[in-house]
Amino acid sequence: MEALQFFVVSSFAAAMAIAVAAFGCGIGQGMGLKAAVEGIARNPESSGKVTVTMLIGLAMIESLCIYALVIALILIYAHPQAAAIAGLLG
Amino acid sequence: MAHPFLFLVDFFDVNGSLYHFAHKYPHVMYTWLVMILLAGFGYLAAKKPALIPTKGQNFFEVIIGGLEDFLVETVGEGGRWFTPLAITIFLFVFISNLIGLVPGFFPPTATLNTTAACALVVFFFTHYIGVKYHGVKYIKHFMGPVWWMVPLIMPIEIIGHLARVLSLSFRLFGNMMGHELVLGILFMLAGLYFAPLPIMALGIFVAFVQAFVFFLLSIIYFSGSLEHAH
Repeated sequence: MEALQFFVVSSFAAAMAIAVAAFGCGIGQGMGLKAAVEGIARNPESSGKVTVTMLIGLAMIESLCIYALVIALILIYAHPQAAAIAGLLG
Repeated sequence: MAHPFLFLVDFFDVNGSLYHFAHKYPHVMYTWLVMILLAGFGYLAAKKPALIPTKGQNFFEVIIGGLEDFLVETVGEGGRWFTPLAITIFLFVFISNLIGLVPGFFPPTATLNTTAACALVVFFFTHYIGVKYHGVKYIKHFMGPVWWMVPLIMPIEIIGHLARVLSLSFRLFGNMMGHELVLGILFMLAGLYFAPLPIMALGIFVAFVQAFVFFLLSIIYFSGSLEHAH
């Protein structure tokens, strides 16, 4: 059953990867959003520019979480050694 | 996770000639569809350009004029000649992303093939601009502030440039692939209760933001290779 452990551990690793990434992404985007809302509260006229800059910044931070998501998806669906290890499993 | 039902692929089931190609490469079929859509609408809108614009021409003028003003504001006047490439990239990525929201269509940007192709185009064009504007002195961009730090700085700069290709392609691919997966899973879980609908609403927003971010990063890279080395 050593080969089955591979799939179990790889699913767990994928889940942990995206969980930690989402945690960090949430904090990062929250800090960016906080600064943007404070800026708008101080100076409502700059709302348009601040919103555009905030959206661009959020997309950048989100992309880090997306990298982790891609690795998690590779682990679950397209792991390079999955076929070989499934062969060991029988 | 295989895509269960694709219009264009099943369309070619009837006529056997492109059957195998369509099943193996759905993203190419949908790229052709996006190309036909964009070229068709562009042609229809600008058949007879008039000084007082018709509705179609006005619509495209708003989009292209707005993007071009944004580009010149970001890059400066010397970057005005990038507009065809940059706006084409934006429109292609935007329409490709949007197509994914129609049930039965597969967004071509949801595979790494398309997004890596767009990112590579941006990468090679950046170096083309650098060489065209600076000539051989373009190498000074990679050399850093002082001459004796070159063995340290140059690998870092090269890796940074390669990382741009990776980040551009993966950002777009990850967003679109993740979106498709979420839609597929929600549809499998609770399709009868219209569960995918809020995700589709988010999807319109994500489609626009990702296209805009790709466009913005491309023009920032272009402007980075235009400016003088530090």
